Amino acid sequence: MLLHKNLRPGGRYGIARAESRDPIGYAVAAMNRLAQSDLLDRVGLRKQAEQAVFTVTRGGFRTATSAGRAFARAGKRGAAGRRAPSATPRGVFDLTPTEDEQLLVDVVTELATEVLRPAAAEADVACAASAEVLKAGQDVGLPLLGVPESLGGISEERAVMAGALVAEALARGDLGLAVASLAPGAVATAIATWGTDEQQQTYLPAFTGDDVAAAALALTEPRPLYDVLEPRTTATIDGDDLVLDGVKSMVPRGADAELFVVGARLDGANVLVLVESGTGGLSVEADPAMGVRAASLTTLTLEGVRVPASNILGAADGTTYAECVRLSRIAWCALSVGVGQAVLDYVTPYVKERQAFGEPIAHRQSVAFMVANIATELQAMRLLTWKAASRAAAGKDVARDVALARKLCSDKGMQIGLDGVQLLGGHGFVKEHPVERWYRDLRAISIMEGGVLV
Amino acid sequence: MAISLDDPRKLVGLRDQAHQVAMNMLRPISRKYDRAEHEYPQELDLLASMIDGLSESGASSGAGASGVKRDDSQDDGSVRNGTNLASVLGIAEMCWGDVGLLLSLPRQGLGNSAIASVANPEQQERFGDVWASMAITEPDTGSDSARIRTTAVLDGDAYVLNGEKIFVTSGERSDAVVVWATLDKNLGRGAIKSFVVPKGTPGMTVERLEHKLGIKASDTATIRFENCRVPAENLLGSPEIDTTQGFAGAMATFDNTRPLVAAMAVGCAQAALDLTRDLLAEAGVEIDYDRPAIVQSAAAAKFLQMEADWEAARLLMLQAAWMADNRKANAMEASMAKAKAGRTASDVTLSCVELCGSVGYSEGELLEKWARDSKILDIFEGTQQIQQLIIARRVLGLSSAELK
Repeated sequence: MLLHKNLRPGGRYGIARAESRDPIGYAVAAMNRLAQSDLLDRVGLRKQAEQAVFTVTRGGFRTATSAGRAFARAGKRGAAGRRAPSATPRGVFDLTPTEDEQLLVDVVTELATEVLRPAAAEADVACAASAEVLKAGQDVGLPLLGVPESLGGISEERAVMAGALVAEALARGDLGLAVASLAPGAVATAIATWGTDEQQQTYLPAFTGDDVAAAALALTEPRPLYDVLEPRTTATIDGDDLVLDGVKSMVPRGADAELFVVGARLDGANVLVLVESGTGGLSVEADPAMGVRAASLTTLTLEGVRVPASNILGAADGTTYAECVRLSRIAWCALSVGVGQAVLDYVTPYVKERQAFGEPIAHRQSVAFMVANIATELQAMRLLTWKAASRAAAGKDVARDVALARKLCSDKGMQIGLDGVQLLGGHGFVKEHPVERWYRDLRAISIMEGGVLV
Repeated sequence: MAISLDDPRKLVGLRDQAHQVAMNMLRPISRKYDRAEHEYPQELDLLASMIDGLSESGASSGAGASGVKRDDSQDDGSVRNGTNLASVLGIAEMCWGDVGLLLSLPRQGLGNSAIASVANPEQQERFGDVWASMAITEPDTGSDSARIRTTAVLDGDAYVLNGEKIFVTSGERSDAVVVWATLDKNLGRGAIKSFVVPKGTPGMTVERLEHKLGIKASDTATIRFENCRVPAENLLGSPEIDTTQGFAGAMATFDNTRPLVAAMAVGCAQAALDLTRDLLAEAGVEIDYDRPAIVQSAAAAKFLQMEADWEAARLLMLQAAWMADNRKANAMEASMAKAKAGRTASDVTLSCVELCGSVGYSEGELLEKWARDSKILDIFEGTQQIQQLIIARRVLGLSSAELK
């Protein structure tokens, strides 16, 4: 790389390309380079603590994905897989979960309160979920939620509603850890929902046993104005194989994953493709973001990755891909509702205790009305998400429902994150309180595609 | 039990019927009565008879202004989709037709909702067929309805009313007015009672009709009471002054009527959305539900935001009504529905005018009318700010003395 090009400021660090440096700028840039070199460390000038962050220890290195377990081929190629039947709609307007769903929500709420929340701050810094947290999620059966009983899972019918309720309850504890915990289940759900008999028999045992595989659904790509329906990752037929090329971003726990479901364009239609880690040409790189950090977000690069053509998951005409996008968005909406609820739960006692001008700030309308609007919009977000989820569970067309839920959850969810920090003032800006984390997390809702699925 | 937020199957027929009525009876006369303010929409008499007939036959599922009562029959534990849901669904469709005309429908006044909410069985029977409007606001008292100054003094077998009421919807056309008055100004909210005052009662005069921004089809009257004698048995509910219970009796009406006003806002906003979607499509803008809003045109992105807010308002409305049908306390949810629906109707109707440019602003289309009609929906039956106060007090667990 040419030196002058390297010293131009634009095109990285969030600086527009038109920006130019004056002489002082060059001097500052040079100082910064010095500060970044390991020279300082060799002469012992830098505090050890600065090294602790994930971006230095794990980020920036692109590594080949490690080979995971060997998935022994089983089942009948081309034969249809087993499917959970759709829920039967009763035609009655009702906001009451079923007894089974309520039971699940109670268990997961406890998990969120007792395990996720206490571990959240540390996991956010470490950009990783601890083994204990992930194990606790497996123990309550999170990866099996979307897998029907007949395939070793726990659901009798399409558990989209239960999935949404569980995502909401988990994210009330912590969003990053919720995504880390739900990521393998996204792949298991996808295989249970769209897989052939062979795909189900080959891969699902890795999720239904004790040693649950890490896995990730990769649909996002790194570019401005990204439209998930226009992926630039390509799949081309070569004999009996598919060859994949492209880049996927925001892939949860990509470094650990043993199996990926990757979105790609094949002959003008979008498809989902199963890719085992360790396949040649597949590499993964840590890519920590503003929030959702506990999910160990990564970028997955595919360079001439060759898989059997039978690894296409579901229909090759784009319908499965579109359905997957919608169901993933429902999951993100449910997650946003959980985080929004966490904000409301936190600011409510705070504004009643915090005193200003001789009384609790909650006694002021400007403060109280912000809380009222958080409560109102949060409930609206929940109802839109529930409507989309319950219709999806019943096998109805949900394009409109999902679009509206996602729009509201993106816009109002971010507003709730913003107001959560504002209500705590300066205290909201420091890491002593979790509202700054929720602020960072809630920015993700309109950006993320894939990763989680109901 | 299972979560489902689609319109109840058994009420879809009623909803679609109301839509047909709105489309074929209200829309054709919508502009006519917007222009002819204060003129009585005689076409509505026929419609009112039809609605009465549907009620009698049971085909209306109890929908309408009187549909907001709580059902006290035996609870069998099953989930109900009853008259409250039927009412909001029906009213939203009628207001998709025309809010002002819905408010002018004989026997469908807010006074009828008040009677349905707080009257005893004998009074329900006596006032069942009466067209009743609602008189709460006074020249010096709006949102702070505990401070009303109209007095009611017991004199033998009658109460004597004195005071002035403004903003009485259908105040001139209705058969009777439900009037809020205090038995004792010094005893606060608990002393406020509502009285059914039939038209023609001596001492009651309709003084003038207001000229308004919107809902011009609906007459909005000022009514004066001067030594107006009302039979004691026309006091709705209990005559006891319960200073501990306070306002609960009279205010219970609002828990039931706020979802109805939310329904009016939902209907009005839907009218604007439906037409704007059509006009945008003609202009080459299609709304794509799968693609992110940011990759679509600004008009499509705005439309998606409006439709999301509208759906939010509608589901909050259905939630509040569903809770009433299932005997759950819904004061907070009713306020959420009205707050969200009120502000959404303003944003949607005003933005639709902007999106459609001079076509939206011109009287040639109804968009500009809906943008005028919608404003009142964020004001009457409790302003946006009053709803926020109610929600905040509930969420924060604060009294009206603490959160003023």
